[in-house]
Amino acid sequence: MNDSRNFRIDTPTGLQYHRDAELLIKANAFFGVVFLLIGGVLALLVSLTRWPSVHLLPADWFYLTLTAHGLDMLVFWIIFFEIAVLYFCSSTLLRCRLATPRIAWLGFALMLIGAVTTNVAIFRGDSSVMMTSYVPMGAHPSFYLGLILFAVGALIGCFVFLGTLVVAKNDKTYEGSLPLVTFGALTASIIAIFTIASGAIILIPTFLWSIGYIHQIDPLMYRTIWWAFGHSSQQINVAAHVSVWYAIAAIVFGAKPMSEKVSRTAFLLYIAFLQLASAHHLLSDPGLSSEWKIFNTSYFMYFAVLASMVHGLTVPGAIEVAQRKKGYTKGLYEWLRRAPWSNPVFSGMFISLIGFGFLGGISGVMMGTEQLNMIIHNTIYVPGHFHATVVIGTTLAFMSLTYFLIPSLFRREVWLPGVAKWQPYVFGFGMYAFALVMMGAGTLGVPRRHWDMSFAGTALPHEFPGSAYLMMGLVGISGVLAVIGGGMYILVTVGSLLFGRKVESSTFAQKGTPIPRAPVAATIGGHHGGAGFAAPGTFTLAIVFLVAFVLYYFINWKYLSTVWGIS
Amino acid sequence: MSALLPPARRVWWKEPLDRVELAWILIAFAWSAILFFMMPYWHVFGKQNLSNEAYRISAEEFTKRTQTMVDKYTVRTETDEKIPVVHPPEGSDVYLIARLWQWWPLLELENGKSYRLHLSALDYQHGFSLQPSNINLQVVPGYEMVITVTPNQAGSYSIVCNEYCGIGHHKMVSRLYVK
Ligand code: HEM
Ligand SMILES: [Cu+2]
Ligand SMILES: [Cu+2]
Repeated sequence: MNDSRNFRIDTPTGLQYHRDAELLIKANAFFGVVFLLIGGVLALLVSLTRWPSVHLLPADWFYLTLTAHGLDMLVFWIIFFEIAVLYFCSSTLLRCRLATPRIAWLGFALMLIGAVTTNVAIFRGDSSVMMTSYVPMGAHPSFYLGLILFAVGALIGCFVFLGTLVVAKNDKTYEGSLPLVTFGALTASIIAIFTIASGAIILIPTFLWSIGYIHQIDPLMYRTIWWAFGHSSQQINVAAHVSVWYAIAAIVFGAKPMSEKVSRTAFLLYIAFLQLASAHHLLSDPGLSSEWKIFNTSYFMYFAVLASMVHGLTVPGAIEVAQRKKGYTKGLYEWLRRAPWSNPVFSGMFISLIGFGFLGGISGVMMGTEQLNMIIHNTIYVPGHFHATVVIGTTLAFMSLTYFLIPSLFRREVWLPGVAKWQPYVFGFGMYAFALVMMGAGTLGVPRRHWDMSFAGTALPHEFPGSAYLMMGLVGISGVLAVIGGGMYILVTVGSLLFGRKVESSTFAQKGTPIPRAPVAATIGGHHGGAGFAAPGTFTLAIVFLVAFVLYYFINWKYLSTVWGIS
Repeated sequence: MSALLPPARRVWWKEPLDRVELAWILIAFAWSAILFFMMPYWHVFGKQNLSNEAYRISAEEFTKRTQTMVDKYTVRTETDEKIPVVHPPEGSDVYLIARLWQWWPLLELENGKSYRLHLSALDYQHGFSLQPSNINLQVVPGYEMVITVTPNQAGSYSIVCNEYCGIGHHKMVSRLYVK
């Protein structure tokens, strides 16, 4: 323990990495990327199958592949990376040792064993049940067992994170309140604990049912609790990637939050109002009352929507304020034009923010409206929506952060910087197109998780219009484009580890140095004062967003009013 | 790198807000209120609302009721499998079974008339997706969902299954006629 190399200080960034934390962050991020690679290969196969004129895989392989793609991406890639983010936001940002590294490694091992177990179950071929595994459709017991192990491991990670916050407090490595980014990570971990508990409540009985110990599981109860897990985990992702946005705004621009109060309250809203958002996956289900649906989707959901709308303003707002301070004050948008668009840390983050808001946010609120849900439920509109949230929002934000971590954490120069520079654009705009055409196809009724929209060989096939086939062709093309963008990311990250030039700019110390107090004077005056209008460019962008939101929302009501009467 | 550091001022919660933030929070709040308002509003003034009338029911019981309707109102059969086409009277209870991998029976309704449609699944979960209108409902085994439907356009509709229900999922498609 009393090793003189306990802490590594990365000179360019001033970050201090505790050795255990450093290794754990690397290991978690690395395996996250491994699952992203697997999930990406599967994404290619799935996209090429849904492209009607290619129709690559046979049906059984399509359903198998889709099950694996969903889990490898949404669960294994995202959560491995999130655990890395949690350790970074606690130990590294607070310059303290990581609490209980051994237990953290145990959590890591459980996650890895769980992820491998579930993948083996899927690729054996008897667990093509999709990530939702709705009962009474059953998978091999090891499918559920792997997920349970993974969840326990992730839960351990959350507690190690909380423990590390306590260590920092006790060792007095910082004064005052947690940094905003760490605070955001804290909300993510609190939501994660709730979420994983829901997951356990539903997956453990399902496992027992799969081995014949429990006789029956009510399918509606399963859906309700599964989505308490499935939806809340999306809120972990949102809290995590919003924290990453704030972190990148600080890293690239030295931006400080416009107001700590607003940003923190918005994070708190995520915790307070998420818990029954599972309701919005059940809007077209039998057996639940409209009051329950409205209450849980609106009262709870819209405060979370409000919170995201606030972050959507304050992150670019903070950047605008920082840029204006540097003298980019011409007109409404000089600050944005003169941003470092060729730096993938920034470009990825900004593409992520805009896409998350415009594509993911607006479509999500539309879908989450009780009556409107009927016109898209289970169509391919739904994956269109969540690729905008979890791929453009979360995945791209994590990718941008990686470009910062490669030199600072992995101590390598970015290999192929030219590829890195274009990667966020190829991946991001590929995904914009992909999400949009999926939503288009869903509006035309194309079902999700469906191998053959031509219904070949059935007695009474449905004929989708040509426009639906066109949209699905575009889904294939833009999907391939996004996969190329994803491949560029893997190439750069793995290539940097293997071939990147070593960065030798670290010093070592036995103990971290506490965070010095920031000079208060620096923040007095300036843009704060309550009476200013510090970010007019961001505000106009926000108004454009609002107009798009309002129009799109009411267009859907208009369409709903033309379909059959239902009461 | 200030979002990465503790707030400079200890008492950060007393810092005043910038007008940009305040204005946007108020706008976003008002918009959230409208989002909320639209749902109850549509329940009162809109014509497309789920009644949320539902019962627990066993597969046997639901099959029995469907069979009774089929025995009474079948007008012809279609396809090699001789699936009955049922033409029930206005206002009656109409049953539709979802099972691996078929919708049963075929329904024939009349334009502008209302029917009480009962939906249930006998085995796995299925997805009722009426095309090209694009009305989509979850069909869950053990639960019977009842909605009153009023077709507003004559023609031949399709019912696609849009909840994954196993290897035959993409073969689960049927018709619904509106005269
Ligand atoms: C390279 C980019 C990607 C492409 C081209 C892609 C493509 C697809 C396609 C075509 C589907 C099938 C839709 C359907 O038939 O229902 C799908 C499903 C899905 N994707 Fe992706 N995807 C990509 C990345 C991701 C990422 C990064 C995530 C998560 C972080 C993700 C999560 C999911 C999930 C959860 C599903 C749903 C699986 C299910 O229905 O059970 N995808 N994706
Ligand atoms: Cu089905
Ligand atoms: Cu199906």
